[in-house]
Amino acid sequence: MALLEIKNLRKSFRTPYGQFLPVVDVPGFYLDSGELVALSGPSGTGKTTFLNLIAGILTGDSGRILLDGQNMTTLSEPARDRHRAAVIGYIFQTFNLLQGFTCLENVLLGMSFGPGADRVRARSLLDRVGLGDRLDYFPRQLSTGQQQRVAVARALANRPKLVLADEPTGNLDPANAAQALALIRELCAEQGSALLLVSHDPAVLAAFPRRESLATLNQASRTEVVL
Amino acid sequence: MILWLLVRRSLRQHLLSTVVTALSLALAGGLLMSVWVVKRQARATFTGQTGAWDAVLGARGAKLQLVLNALFHLEASPGNVAFADFQTMSSNRAVALAVPIAVGDNYLGYRIVGTLTNLFTEAEAAPGRRFRLVAGGRWFEDGYREAVVGSFVAQRLGLKPGDTFKPYHGLNFNPKEQHEDEYVVTGVLEPSNTPADRVLWIPLAGLQNMSGHAAATSSDVSAVLVKLRSAVAGQQLDMLYNKQGDRLTFAWPLGTVLAQLFDKMGWFDQVLELVAYLVALVAAGSVLASIYNSLSARRRDLAILRALGARRTLVFASIILEATSIAALGMALAWGLYAVIMGAVSAVIRAQTGVVLDPWAWDPVLVIAPLALVGLGALAGVLPAIKAYGNPVAENLAPES
Repeated sequence: MALLEIKNLRKSFRTPYGQFLPVVDVPGFYLDSGELVALSGPSGTGKTTFLNLIAGILTGDSGRILLDGQNMTTLSEPARDRHRAAVIGYIFQTFNLLQGFTCLENVLLGMSFGPGADRVRARSLLDRVGLGDRLDYFPRQLSTGQQQRVAVARALANRPKLVLADEPTGNLDPANAAQALALIRELCAEQGSALLLVSHDPAVLAAFPRRESLATLNQASRTEVVL
Repeated sequence: MILWLLVRRSLRQHLLSTVVTALSLALAGGLLMSVWVVKRQARATFTGQTGAWDAVLGARGAKLQLVLNALFHLEASPGNVAFADFQTMSSNRAVALAVPIAVGDNYLGYRIVGTLTNLFTEAEAAPGRRFRLVAGGRWFEDGYREAVVGSFVAQRLGLKPGDTFKPYHGLNFNPKEQHEDEYVVTGVLEPSNTPADRVLWIPLAGLQNMSGHAAATSSDVSAVLVKLRSAVAGQQLDMLYNKQGDRLTFAWPLGTVLAQLFDKMGWFDQVLELVAYLVALVAAGSVLASIYNSLSARRRDLAILRALGARRTLVFASIILEATSIAALGMALAWGLYAVIMGAVSAVIRAQTGVVLDPWAWDPVLVIAPLALVGLGALAGVLPAIKAYGNPVAENLAPES
C-alpha cells in the first residue's frame, strides 16, 4: 500500500472579487514508503498549496488524501494536527525557525507535538547536521545554511514517514544547497522516510530518480492562476 | 511544559511591554489593597481607639467634634465645661471614673493637655493596657509645672526627663505667643500607639492658670472623659444631658459617634475605590492591548507552531497563560507597592492622629484583590487568544516581505 495516495484533489481560493479560482486539481498521485520524489514546476503552479494540503494545513474542497492509512480530508482538525506531527516532517524554503528559541529548543518543540521531546535525540540530530556546538544559539546567530540545517534536524526529529520539503534550497547558495540536499537525502534514507521535495532548480531535480512535473500533474496550473 | 516554555519566551521577547503592563497592574493591585486596608483598619482602629472610656462630656455642640477633640486631640474644643459639671459627673454613682482635660496650648505644634494624674494611674491607654513611663521618669505632680511627654512627641522633639519647655498659646504653633511658664519634663510615656503619644501632658491646674489665660474661666475644663459602670448608665446620662438638658453634650456611645466620621468620609472612600477600579480596568486593557498588538508580530511564529503540529487549543491556552503570568507578575509587585503605600499612609496617619495602622496585619483583601486581578488579566487575554486561535496557518507561514 502506498504511503501517500491522492485522488481527485481540488482546492480553490476565493478572489477579492468573489470568484473561486482553482489552484490545485490533481486527479491522482501516489508515493511509496521510503520513496524520494521531486516535484518541479514554475512559480504559481500551486506547489506550496499542494504540500500544505498533504500536510493537512489546508483542507481541500474535494478529493481524498490517504496518508499512512488516514484520510486527511475527513479527519477533524485536531486529528489532522496529531497526524501531521506524527507522520510528517516539513522543511520550508524560509526555514521557519522560531526566532525566540535556541536551535535545541526549535528541534525539541517540533518533537513535543509528536512522540515527545527527546533531548538526547535532539542533540544527536543537531550534531549529525554539524551544529553540535551551536545548540544554544538562536537562529539569528546562525548563517543561512546553518539555519536550514536546524530546520532539517527539526523536520526529521520525529522520524517522520514522510518529509515534505518546499524549495529547501531556494534561499541557499549553490554550495550550501548541495550540502543541504545531500543531508536531507541521507537522513531520509537513514530513517526510511519518504521525501516529497518541491523545487524548480534543475540541479536539485536531477538528483532524484523520480521526478514529476506539477504543471502536468496539477490541471489547475494550466489555468494560469498566479498565487 | 511546552506551554511554560512558549509563555516564558514570549514574555522575554516582549520584555518591555511585559514589565510596563505588569507595573500598571501592580499599581492597580497596590492601590486597591491599600484603599481597602486603610479604610477597614482606620475605621476599626479609630472606633476601637477610645481607650477605656465610654463617653465624653463637653460643651453643647457636635458630638463628633467633642470626641475628636477630647480623645484624638484633633479639631478645636467646642467650648468649656464648668468644673462643677465635672464634679457632678465624677460623683454620679453610675460613673466609674471621670477625668477632666483642658486644652488650648501647644509646644512647637504639639498639643498640651492639662489633666489629673489619675488619667494615667486609674484609666487605661487601651482596654487591658495601662499607661507606662519609660524608665527613669515619673508622673507629674498636680500643682507643679511638670509634664509627661507622649512617646511620639518625645521622639520628634528629643525631649527627655529633666528638659524644660515653655508652652505656646493656642492649638497652632505661633512663635510670638509663648507663655512665660516653664515646665520640666518628669517622664516620657512608653509608646501606647494611641493619640496620647502625640501630646504633652501637664497638670490640669497648670493649663487652667497658664499666664495669659482668662482668669474668669480658669476653673473650667474642656471636656470630661467618662468611664461608666454599665450601658444603662449611658442611656440615663444621655437622657439627662442630651434630651432633658440643653447646656452640655454627652457623647455616647463613642463607637457610634466615631462611625459618623467614616460615614461622612464614605464618599471619599468610594472615590478612592472607583479610582482603584478604573486603574484596574485600564491595566487589564493594557494587558489586552499589549498582547493583542504583539500578535501581529507573532502571527508567523504561531503559524509555525501550528504547522509543527501544535493544536489551536494550545495556542489559545498559551495566550491566556501569558496574560495570566503578566497579571501574576504584576500582583507580586503589587504586594511590594502595597507595603510602600501602607508604610507611607500609616506614617502620615500616625503623625497626624497618633493612631497606628499595621501594614502587615492580615486582611482577606490581600489575597482576594490579587486573585481578582489575576482573573481579570486572564480575562483580558481571551480576545487576543481568540485571535491567535483563528490565526490562519498557511497564509502566515511565509515571511512578510
